[in-house]
Amino acid sequence: MLQACGLGSLDELYGHLPAEALLGRPLNIPAGVSEYEIGEYFKEQAGRNANGYASFLGAGVYAHFRPVLCDVVASRGEFLTSYTPYQAEMAQGTLTTIFEFQTMVCQLTGMEVANASMYDGSTAVPEAAMMASRVTGRQGFLAAANLHPEYRQVLDTAARNARMHVEGFGYDAETGRADLKALEGKISAETACVILQSPNFFGIVEDVKAAADLAHKHGALLVVVVAEAVSLGLMEPPRDADIVAGELQSFAISPSYGGPFAGIIATKEKYIRQIPGRLVGETKDADGNRAYCLTLSTREQHIRREKATSNICTNQALIALMATVFMSVYGKQGLRELAGQNLSKAHYLADGLDLRFKGPFFNEFVARPRGRTPEEANAALLDKKIIGGLPLGRFFPELKDSMLICATEMSKRADMDAVKETL
Amino acid sequence: MAKSIGKVRSHLVQNEKLLFELSTPGKVGYQLPALDVPEVAPEKALGGGQVRTEIEDFPEVSEVEVIRHFTRLSTWNYGIDLGLFPLGSCTMKYNPRINEAVARAEGLAWAHPYQPESLSQGAMEIIAVLERHLAEIFGHDAVTLQPAAGAHGEYTGIMLVRAYLESQGNPRKKVIVPDSAHGTNPATAIIAGYDVVTVKSNEHGMVDPAALAMAVDEDVAAMMITNPNTVGVFEENIVKICGILHAKGAQAYMDGANLNALVGIARPGDFGIDVLHSNLHKTFSTPHGGGGPGAGAVGVKAHLEPFLPEPRLKQAGEQWTWDYDRPQSIGRVRAYYGNFGVLVRALAYIMAHGGPGLKNATIDALLNANYIRARLKDRFKIAYDAPSMHECVFEDSVQEKQGARTGDIAKRLIDYGFHPYTVSFPLIVHGALMIEPTETEPKAELDAFCDALLAIASEVESNPETVKQAPEMTRTSRVDEVTAARKPVVRWKPVPR
Repeated sequence: MLQACGLGSLDELYGHLPAEALLGRPLNIPAGVSEYEIGEYFKEQAGRNANGYASFLGAGVYAHFRPVLCDVVASRGEFLTSYTPYQAEMAQGTLTTIFEFQTMVCQLTGMEVANASMYDGSTAVPEAAMMASRVTGRQGFLAAANLHPEYRQVLDTAARNARMHVEGFGYDAETGRADLKALEGKISAETACVILQSPNFFGIVEDVKAAADLAHKHGALLVVVVAEAVSLGLMEPPRDADIVAGELQSFAISPSYGGPFAGIIATKEKYIRQIPGRLVGETKDADGNRAYCLTLSTREQHIRREKATSNICTNQALIALMATVFMSVYGKQGLRELAGQNLSKAHYLADGLDLRFKGPFFNEFVARPRGRTPEEANAALLDKKIIGGLPLGRFFPELKDSMLICATEMSKRADMDAVKETL
Repeated sequence: MAKSIGKVRSHLVQNEKLLFELSTPGKVGYQLPALDVPEVAPEKALGGGQVRTEIEDFPEVSEVEVIRHFTRLSTWNYGIDLGLFPLGSCTMKYNPRINEAVARAEGLAWAHPYQPESLSQGAMEIIAVLERHLAEIFGHDAVTLQPAAGAHGEYTGIMLVRAYLESQGNPRKKVIVPDSAHGTNPATAIIAGYDVVTVKSNEHGMVDPAALAMAVDEDVAAMMITNPNTVGVFEENIVKICGILHAKGAQAYMDGANLNALVGIARPGDFGIDVLHSNLHKTFSTPHGGGGPGAGAVGVKAHLEPFLPEPRLKQAGEQWTWDYDRPQSIGRVRAYYGNFGVLVRALAYIMAHGGPGLKNATIDALLNANYIRARLKDRFKIAYDAPSMHECVFEDSVQEKQGARTGDIAKRLIDYGFHPYTVSFPLIVHGALMIEPTETEPKAELDAFCDALLAIASEVESNPETVKQAPEMTRTSRVDEVTAARKPVVRWKPVPR
């Protein structure tokens, strides 16, 4: 091969680089190891994490059962090792699954169009806010205080750099719902959108219709954030929202210490040209047969460059595929039954505990341990190989006596009884 | 066409409906355990108005129908597992399966981001080791693994520049981008609040230091440069370019999409780059999965370290802990700690190669690209004479005379059983064919690919119509992208009865 290249040695392949740019020494990284040793290393690291614990953590990352088919399909090399489907004739598999994904996201959320996925829920929120800004021509965002605090932090970072403005509005101390009176006091002709999570970070279901009416009265859009997608199996979708931004981790995506997950953005058809990210559309091939391809790419960075709606390029296609398989396996009946089990288990767990809020909740809630701090309660639970709830003081100083607790279909009754006893 | 040339052609399955069209009312593919607690009535718990009647038109299929559906769709796809995937700037290398296996280890896959730090030490150690190895590879002092993808890393990098310059008293107004840059670069600069100034490449496809010096003033925050650049050429004046930027107080940002050409040979930090993003799903072999998930590591010199996204890993005695006390941080760019599952795969790749192996992989990547260049250069016009690194870029000027453009040649390549190269990019090349084989291709595969392109070059001479009508061997003939955009149909709807 060297000869064909007209070269005498391998070093000549980079001999033209300026000398001051060359490393000139070996990398300080240990020599390569075998597959067996790699497996052992990661087994050892995995062993230093929690193993064999029951967990009642939710807060945006939920432990749901993963049907085997999700990994079986996602492990097929034709999906796993393919690229973004620019060459439609060679990628109808990926394109068709994304088209199905977009359709199912619409069916779940009550929206009319959805994109091919975002990085995750936290990054979908600023993308939705920027989209609202493009639609309304305004630069202010009003975010409910019970939006996932890390989503809010990501929104703050993005807004600061885009020279836009985020302001919070409070929650009702009794119900745990967003305080729409406080919202009414802050909303103005500068407000591009109101951002409301439902179920909110405290697990409580919001009054989307009332928030939508208020936003629309002031010419703003309503962005509804859904962090626990299983809730949509049972709950009335946020049809009154203008944009739904969310996280699909609940659909067969393992918690994986926080990622990779898949975000969604869904909206009304009239805003389709303002959606960020990839979109797959139906079309025909030269012989008139149904086919799919990436579409409306004139919104995107590789065509529009500095005029693009977003800089997003990679999305989360493989994760979205897993979620698509999950939605197919559970289907219309299954997703409802799954959501029903989550609701029942969480209410069983909550029964008899000192609940901080009175609003209706889906599969997580805020509770105040009796006679001890959340940290002390968690320490007692750890002795029983149970990871308790998330102490809320780190995000909400006024709730430092409380923790956020989640139950899913995977929560066992005996473990729930142990939690009830400890709290 | 000669059947002896080419590889993977047939699409096994011809007809497969959409899931919604396969549905039968009442059919299910799941089974949940019996509920071990009293059932709660949703209307009672949530209020009647909050409960939906059903998910309209959602799929109702059996388990065997689910697996057949997706398996059939998979036969309409092409992946690295089937053959060469020479997309330039995309670094489609083999995805080792050990990476997939270790990422699914229970203690890693089921780790919750809020579980106690004392029960997360393994995950934190993995992140710390990967940060350290990447810093060594980049020649940088610190690395953040929070960004979820390459473009997200770019965005983080430019925000770091802004925060740093703000701390010096002036965030400045402009970001310089060469005309050969990836589209994400200018898009990123804009969403990070900067104006974009484009500089023209010179006759060698490189940034011209003299032209750059004219463009850099006290309003320039940074230049975003790709090296090797998008024509696959190492910027021979890179040290000088960084010097010009630094002399005016501007930062040198490098798009590391093409880092696969440099690992173990040259380090961006050593040639003057202040901040760099690297796509772990390119250079470090994590699978593209049809368009993600990726991960966009960002490396920085020490002066930018205080501004990295929070939290940062910190050692406290024997234990790792997350440090949120970062007053100068740009804030969070993503919830939790990044695409951890992707990070696990990237570390497994680095461990398998080790320092010497990583350098060998780079050399093989250069060799493969130069071999393709040598085999094709008599029939296709090379865009620039400068030596190629990990990819080679041709233009379609010879073939255009017969009416066949780079897009047509790409579609014909599909008939020969290969995924096309990157088409019509970079924009500065007339009808670009951008070819990146990566180091994981054996010579036989490279030869089969070159034979196919040479056969197509002959077809362009003898029978250009065949090339312009391609593909003919696929399940769908050429897909009409224009109609798709004119009347967008982006979801299935039931046919009205």
